[in-house]
Amino acid sequence: MSDAQATSVQDIQEVPDPKTLVEERLVIWYFLAALTYLVISMLGGLLMAFQLINHNPFSGIEIFSPGRWRMVHTNAVAYGFIANAFLGALHWAVPRLTLQPVLSRKLSYFIFAAWQIVVLSTAVGLLLGQAQGLEWGETPVWIDPVALLGLALVAVNFMAPIVKLKGPMYVTLWYFIAAFIWTFLTYAMGNFMPEYFVNGSSAGAVGGLFIHDLVGLFVTPIGWGLMYYFVPIILKKPIWSHALSIIGFWGLAFFYPLQGIHHFLYTPIPMFLQYGAVISTIAVELVVLTVVINFFGTIWGDGRKAVENLPIRWFYTGIVYYFLTCLQCSFQVTMTFQKLIHFTDWVVGHAHLVMFGVFSMWIFGVMTYLFPRLLGVAWYSKRLCQWHYWLSAGGILVMATDLILGGIFQGYSWAALFPWEESIAISIPFWMVRVVAGLAMFLGLFCFLFNLLMTWRLALKTNAVPKTGQHRAEPVAAGA
Amino acid sequence: MFESKSGIFLVAGLGFFFLAFLSNAIVPALMYSVTDDEVEAGVSTNLANQPEKTVEELINPNLRYQFEDLAMRFPEQFKEVYGTPENADNPDEWWNEKCAEALTLGHKIYVGEGCWHCHSQFVRPVSNESKRWGPVAKSEEYENELQRPVMFGTRRVGPDLSREGGRRSNDWHAVHFFRPRDLSQNSPMPEYPWFFDGSPAKPNERGLAIMTYVQWLGSWLESYPLYEQYDESSVLKMNIELEDAETVLQEIAAEQAGDSND
Repeated sequence: MSDAQATSVQDIQEVPDPKTLVEERLVIWYFLAALTYLVISMLGGLLMAFQLINHNPFSGIEIFSPGRWRMVHTNAVAYGFIANAFLGALHWAVPRLTLQPVLSRKLSYFIFAAWQIVVLSTAVGLLLGQAQGLEWGETPVWIDPVALLGLALVAVNFMAPIVKLKGPMYVTLWYFIAAFIWTFLTYAMGNFMPEYFVNGSSAGAVGGLFIHDLVGLFVTPIGWGLMYYFVPIILKKPIWSHALSIIGFWGLAFFYPLQGIHHFLYTPIPMFLQYGAVISTIAVELVVLTVVINFFGTIWGDGRKAVENLPIRWFYTGIVYYFLTCLQCSFQVTMTFQKLIHFTDWVVGHAHLVMFGVFSMWIFGVMTYLFPRLLGVAWYSKRLCQWHYWLSAGGILVMATDLILGGIFQGYSWAALFPWEESIAISIPFWMVRVVAGLAMFLGLFCFLFNLLMTWRLALKTNAVPKTGQHRAEPVAAGA
Repeated sequence: MFESKSGIFLVAGLGFFFLAFLSNAIVPALMYSVTDDEVEAGVSTNLANQPEKTVEELINPNLRYQFEDLAMRFPEQFKEVYGTPENADNPDEWWNEKCAEALTLGHKIYVGEGCWHCHSQFVRPVSNESKRWGPVAKSEEYENELQRPVMFGTRRVGPDLSREGGRRSNDWHAVHFFRPRDLSQNSPMPEYPWFFDGSPAKPNERGLAIMTYVQWLGSWLESYPLYEQYDESSVLKMNIELEDAETVLQEIAAEQAGDSND
């Protein structure tokens, strides 16, 4: 870490003040937008969860149609929460890593506004029943070109400082460079190909590739890039093995995009393509193992910090969940498991474990670490930070276990040709546990939001609202 | 290469993405593509290679039967939405046109309401699925405008719908869309009262359209509708000689007369 940075700067003396590099106000804005969409998304998830156990309080009201809110749920998480939080974190990490500001601050604010318009119109379009028939590509067709333009501008804005960099780059930037290109290409492919150019089974293949690449080529590389950035900084030591970092990145880059079709096994898509997707999926699990080993090698000897330091605890819990979810994936992707678990809640459990258990946990860790630094005061309550952690980490574990187990029951009841109503009756207890777990996670988020509000008020009292380039006393981060 | 900007940008960013795009998207697209010559000749080397059908081409006698059934069951609502045939001599064209209209809107509603997040549209060759739903899904079934993007689905909270057409009556669907639990106890399916003007007896434009769409699913199959006592397709019946058809009709009329006497 420090080596790479040192060699990338000709003269250490010339290191500019990071506070002049980072547009901190924008980081805060992005984080607040992200949290707003997370609340909306979780409310949508809860609505669907209550519908499944027949306790939907808004039954029969068109604008609260659970089917539409289910799409708001997934889209608000991907484009509202994760994308906004990542953009905020990128605005912090990229200038600090490259020691260069982004291309243009004005452009940054323009992108922020444009992206909020994209996400809001997506939500409104979905609620008005204007969806497009592709998972995570439901964004109504008239928003797609705007979203694509936004993604292109994001790439340009962040690539400018990276291009100016001389010498070898740190791991994080490999992931970021690749992610900027991949996200743009993935979004273009998924939203235009199946709608305008291909149909039928080939559209299924492209659709599978899209939902897969969105996780694998947008969320995953930025997520790991942030881990490679924040973990060594907080632990104050370099990543354990540079060789493993290289294997992890290139293995992901090669194998991850090849797996799209594993979402549609046993469809009319040609079998040899399905087998290819299965094999490359199992290959990427081995790659994941190298990355996980690398991170455990890094914390080796500092194990106490995973207990005492809250951001590190968020990060490593996410890494453990990442390992679990990838292990689960290498089983579920086989044709044998697919027979049983495809179409069941097993897959829903897997999706939640990835999106909440891994990437949301990492984002919470980054926010827990950065908010005190952005606001210039320590967290109002460390205890509330702890509650946020335990309710989230515990809630998602219960939810994922519950849904995975429920999926096995559903799969067997279908294969045994039980009447359909039976498979619903079997699912009800699992769906009830899921509601409880979801409420726990929501309560955790509420603790975080309340804590943030109180910290904000504290910040207003102790210093002025943070402004660009303003110098403040270094705060004491929670647990750090 | 492994740590340089150009290596990552060109090899990982562009190269690997396009490699995957080639193998996972272009290859299946080419396998299912049809050349212009094949379209002109009306033949294709492979059943899976069919030109994409338009909505108008998807209308078959089974679907027309269901659509006309909607007109009979809900005459006022149907007339309000679609009017009446203008040309009494050749009503076929009108019916097909209105049916295509309903099918297109029905598909839009199916997508917009997120039906496809809880109902799949393909039967797998495993897990006894062909026993429950009917014939395993074939590629050519998806080569049409209404599978753009394809409605395979990824989750089954409710049953697969690709063989649903004709299985249940339009009355059943009207009540079920209005309040699913009146017909299937414990059903977690949401209620859709906005497809109706206050009661299941009064489907509005959206109600008529979504029912048309659901009745279309599987109507192209020879074994339609898929329940035990009706294994012969009305598509096949259409091919019977006219005289035979008349005898069949007479037999049916006689049976009905017998029933009403009891």
